[in-house]
Amino acid sequence: MLTLYGSQFTSRLLLGTARYPSPDSLKQAVESSGTEIVTVSLRRESARARTGQGFWALIEEFGCRVLPNTAGCRTAKEAIATAEMARELFNTNWIKLEVIANDDTLQPDLFGLVEAAGVLTAQGFEVLPYTTEDLSAAERLVAAGCAVLMPWAAPIGSAQGLINKEALKTLRAYFPDIPLIIDAGLGTPSHAAEAMELGYDAVLLNTAIAEAGDPAKMAQAFARAVEAGRLAFEAGLIEPRDMAQPSTPVAGTPFFKVGHAS
Amino acid sequence: MQILLNGELHATDAQNLYELCTKLGFADARVATAVNGSFIAAAARGATKLTEADEVEIVAPRQGG
Repeated sequence: MLTLYGSQFTSRLLLGTARYPSPDSLKQAVESSGTEIVTVSLRRESARARTGQGFWALIEEFGCRVLPNTAGCRTAKEAIATAEMARELFNTNWIKLEVIANDDTLQPDLFGLVEAAGVLTAQGFEVLPYTTEDLSAAERLVAAGCAVLMPWAAPIGSAQGLINKEALKTLRAYFPDIPLIIDAGLGTPSHAAEAMELGYDAVLLNTAIAEAGDPAKMAQAFARAVEAGRLAFEAGLIEPRDMAQPSTPVAGTPFFKVGHAS
Repeated sequence: MQILLNGELHATDAQNLYELCTKLGFADARVATAVNGSFIAAAARGATKLTEADEVEIVAPRQGG
């Protein structure tokens, strides 16, 4: 079971709700992914279009736990005010905290992130910070009260997979008891499986599913990959070797002679 | 009075944030609000007076990653 701030989940796939071709394709992807947690945002509401009201009705149908984000916030102050609005809007203490440093990479601003995490934790929020693989930032976030960390694999929407795998392994080893969720940058189910094989607790996906030719089918593919990777981690992977080692027993090989070159 | 509503100039005679929300048809809508960069809880909208050039944000649930 995946445990996040005391809540337990069977699925280890968190799903973003943006960029789907239609509300119906989002709904189908949510269903076929088996996800129990969906991410949402908040945006300016027009008095005429009232777009958000219809979207909320759709989200409620899913019956999933809702994880609001602070996407697009550039400063700790903006992120804090956005989190406060999200708490009231979605009636949850959970917040996927994003403070963005740069438009090209959408890299987290780790300084603003740590600052906002501390303020929000003190206000009773349960913060899930979108961070990098940086170990010192992770330590600061944990010290600020974060009981979950969500490092990126690669820049948001880039589909590059685990571009700094060794650092992600280090982070996993350094925080054995903190739930770690890979958030952003995964492109293929094999990327998700790789993250899970490293012992990551879950993955958060959006673009790779939403922009697939068939989002519902891709959601299913990712769900299976996440499950396969988790099973592999629990089963215990063998270590890579430089040289071959016969899998078939050597003893009793027919025609075997001592000193016979193989 | 002119305020900035969701980043756009907006003329209103609403005295407070609650009145503004009501005039916009958001009385029972699922929205959250901020004035001049600070969150204003739903219960505090009536006590939040609006003045010229205030920057008001009214937000609602939306797709997100």
